[in-house]
Amino acid sequence: MLVIGGGIAGIQAALDLGDMGVQVHLVEQEPSIGGRMAQLDKTFPTNDCSICILAPKMAECFRHPHITLHTYSEVTAVSGNMGDFSVKVLKKARFVKEEACVACGDCSAKCPVRVPDKFDLGMRQRGAIYMYFLQALPMVMTIDRENCLYLTRDVCRICEKVCTRDAIDFEQKDTEIDLRVGAIIVATGFDPFDPVGLSEYGYRRYRNVVTALEYERLICASGPSGGHLLRPSDRKPAQTLAFIQCVGSRDVRHNPYCSTVCCMHATKEAMLAREHDSAAHSYVFYMDLRASGKGFQRYVTRSQEEYGTTYINGRVAKITEDLEGNPVVWYEEPLGPATVKMKVDLAVLATSLVPRRGTEALAKILSVEVDKYGFFKSDPLTPYESSRAGIFVCGCCREPTDIPESIIQASGAAAKAAEIVAGGSC
Amino acid sequence: MAEARIGVFVCRCGTNIGGFVDVPALVEYAKGLPNVVFSQENLYTCSEAGLTEIRQAIADHQLNRVIVASCTPRTHEPLFRSTCKAAGLNPYLFEFVNIREQCSWVHMHEPEAATEKARALIRMGVARAKLLEPQEEIEVEVLPSALIIGGGIAGMTCALSLADRGFEVTLVERDRTLGGRLKDLYTLSPTQEDASDLLAGKMASVKANRNIEVLTSATVRAVNGFFGNYDVTITQDGTDIPFKAGVIVVATGAEEFKPQGMYGYDGKKVITQLELERLLKADRFDAENIVMIQCVGARDAKRPYCSRVCCITALKNAMILVERNPKAQIVILYRDLQTYGTVYEAVYRKAREAGILFVKYAPQRPPVVNGSVVTVFDGLLGEELLLPYDYLVLSTPLIAYPDSGELAKMLKVPVDEYGFFLEAHVKLKPLDFATDGVYLCGSAHWPSTVSESIAQAYGAASRASIPLSQRRVRAEPIIAVVDEEKCIGCGLCELICPFKAIRLEDMPGGRIARTLVASCKGCGVCGAACPQRAITMRHFTDEQMLAEIVALTEER
Repeated sequence: MLVIGGGIAGIQAALDLGDMGVQVHLVEQEPSIGGRMAQLDKTFPTNDCSICILAPKMAECFRHPHITLHTYSEVTAVSGNMGDFSVKVLKKARFVKEEACVACGDCSAKCPVRVPDKFDLGMRQRGAIYMYFLQALPMVMTIDRENCLYLTRDVCRICEKVCTRDAIDFEQKDTEIDLRVGAIIVATGFDPFDPVGLSEYGYRRYRNVVTALEYERLICASGPSGGHLLRPSDRKPAQTLAFIQCVGSRDVRHNPYCSTVCCMHATKEAMLAREHDSAAHSYVFYMDLRASGKGFQRYVTRSQEEYGTTYINGRVAKITEDLEGNPVVWYEEPLGPATVKMKVDLAVLATSLVPRRGTEALAKILSVEVDKYGFFKSDPLTPYESSRAGIFVCGCCREPTDIPESIIQASGAAAKAAEIVAGGSC
Repeated sequence: MAEARIGVFVCRCGTNIGGFVDVPALVEYAKGLPNVVFSQENLYTCSEAGLTEIRQAIADHQLNRVIVASCTPRTHEPLFRSTCKAAGLNPYLFEFVNIREQCSWVHMHEPEAATEKARALIRMGVARAKLLEPQEEIEVEVLPSALIIGGGIAGMTCALSLADRGFEVTLVERDRTLGGRLKDLYTLSPTQEDASDLLAGKMASVKANRNIEVLTSATVRAVNGFFGNYDVTITQDGTDIPFKAGVIVVATGAEEFKPQGMYGYDGKKVITQLELERLLKADRFDAENIVMIQCVGARDAKRPYCSRVCCITALKNAMILVERNPKAQIVILYRDLQTYGTVYEAVYRKAREAGILFVKYAPQRPPVVNGSVVTVFDGLLGEELLLPYDYLVLSTPLIAYPDSGELAKMLKVPVDEYGFFLEAHVKLKPLDFATDGVYLCGSAHWPSTVSESIAQAYGAASRASIPLSQRRVRAEPIIAVVDEEKCIGCGLCELICPFKAIRLEDMPGGRIARTLVASCKGCGVCGAACPQRAITMRHFTDEQMLAEIVALTEER
């Protein structure tokens, strides 16, 4: 079996299959498994710490006797048919020997290069040799070839000198692996929509307008501000917060669909602001409050009653900035006064979930169809089947879904894939 | 056993613990406790770095007991136990101390008191760890068969998936025929496919599959035995049918709430969505003015939850009405329209384009029905609307079957406050129960669309197939042990055991109690009740528990 994507969906699919005794190859393009869930601070509706509940699953996956991990790797070609696919996987050179590196971080501390860190969404700087994140698995350093001085300009090699384990290997080459698998599960997840195009919200123009995923990193203990909710412009505590829903979603100019998870993550983020600072007050601007999952409505009520979150029904027209760098939110409330301007410390944009970059290219490699929004296509009554027999889809790459739903779908896709093996065609 | 050499690992859990509890102070404190030879803190003990440090410390300091003071054993105990095992330490020499749920989270506004409590918990853990003994896990054989309770779309789909992989399935349905809620539906959202086509197809596949035995008009009367080897009794037409199953899947669904006494509900002109579907199916519906009210009996004080499927159902039915009669005027009165995801939101947009009117009402000013007119205050226009209707359709929530609690009791699984079955972990184990070997899918878990029920059914099939494929499962050795010398055969333990896991047996010297190893859950009821103190709980001995209590009362 092949599972593409090492987020929570891919991990769960691999674990289910592995536990059934099936041999699984899990391919992840980033240097570590973990996916988007690893970037979240807490999860709704239980406020469980995200990495705390994900890390044991990652470890289980990493050590599973039936699962072979291929991180920092990409699927480049697929041929054959259900029951017998031939797959080419490109394993990118890390320039670090996985078996020797102990991730002590000495190299990264001495690396003279400073570039924005992708995992922390550019809010922190890292070296050209770096750990993807603190709990990364495999727990090894990676050299980013675009920024390494030696690989780009033939100078430096400091990391090589400071490494006491002799783990740096600039001779490492990209390698290609051939796999033969009976079925393929695609679980490549989502990207957050880039709201720069929605100029009325001033993202990138105003420093105190951030996306919800950036906010997750900002309040996370392992994030760029060590878990202190400080706004980017002046690092002052953010006490009045506006959460703007449907940014890019339910918007015919961008993504006409509903991204499903944003009403709940905004509710969670508002609660967390209050947990970080008892003087914090949050306003959630929404169109329809979508809280239809298990325990969700009660969670919203808790947010209102115990955390003082105010929900305002209305779409925010625009955000401007005052002279102190405070975002000013312009909105109208049904039956309220004409236009209200609210000054806040921080505005958080609930951006849509869109297909991962590269989904279209992967769809071509797999010869499967995508829907009009670019998600992998599947039918409501056969929810896991892609347009090609033997290739199954689950999680956010088929439609925006929350974590429990992604886990359900991962198990479901595993059952479908296992039916092929049981059928004797593999 | 050799002198205890205890290692204590205190987790910061990012700021979850470290932000409120003084972790360095706890490490220093632990170092001063008897038998503790090593202590350190970790940012995340559960990360691969933290686990490596545990393994390393076991080797470097010859630790023969490991304590992690962090979060909850529900999610993390297996991980730390297996880490100890990998380092050559018996996993039952690991002790968990919870300083997150029990300290930093509940006492986050009193950091000093939280730290003090954490000290006490660590002190107790150390006292107990000293007395821990190695235990061997019990292996149990799993019968390669599944019992699926409920023959709706979820149960049938799950049965087919398991049967296609070669496992024997018994599918039990209490109605006379299979199909569940699907039998009443006219079409399916969003494709408008005929529900009866889907039903007929599934039923034919179930019938044709020789690995599936279907029992209709049948109810589960008793479930005994244990994971891997359940003894099930089904009652069908007054006769009891006993059989065995390795695993059990709950797919019992939910029912539509009947809004008696609300909005003039009469089942004739004021009807529910399901009643509308029946009329559509029978082609007995003809009307021009239709008003629908959402959240009838849902999101109120009595049933505070959103039932997830009603907005989607209302939209689907409204679209059918418009297609059948383009002159039909349909108004949907709603609070928040729940068309999540890509497909349902597209249906919503189409419905607006088709001229269906949507009026948002506030729960404080619900619509009022007077004869054949609905009066509603439009929260966007700020005006009262009078809407005459030929039919008033009430969207009511799915509710748990009133007897779901009885089934839950038989299976020894929990239900939530609304009667829906409660999974093992809301986030990470949505298809499993905390009780091993029992799984969950469909609306028995939470109101689900047909598509979601199918998706969940495959998921539950995957989960259930894991022990079926492994053929053997390991059970915790935490069970009751009877001291045969002390037992007087009074039978009190047998009487009160909730799992029927201990029973009297005739022995040459008289009757004595014996534990059925695989059934015993180690709950301790028998041990507490035994007048002779002849029953000990393995891994939770009186001595270990008392040591903890004594440690609690000690000065720091």
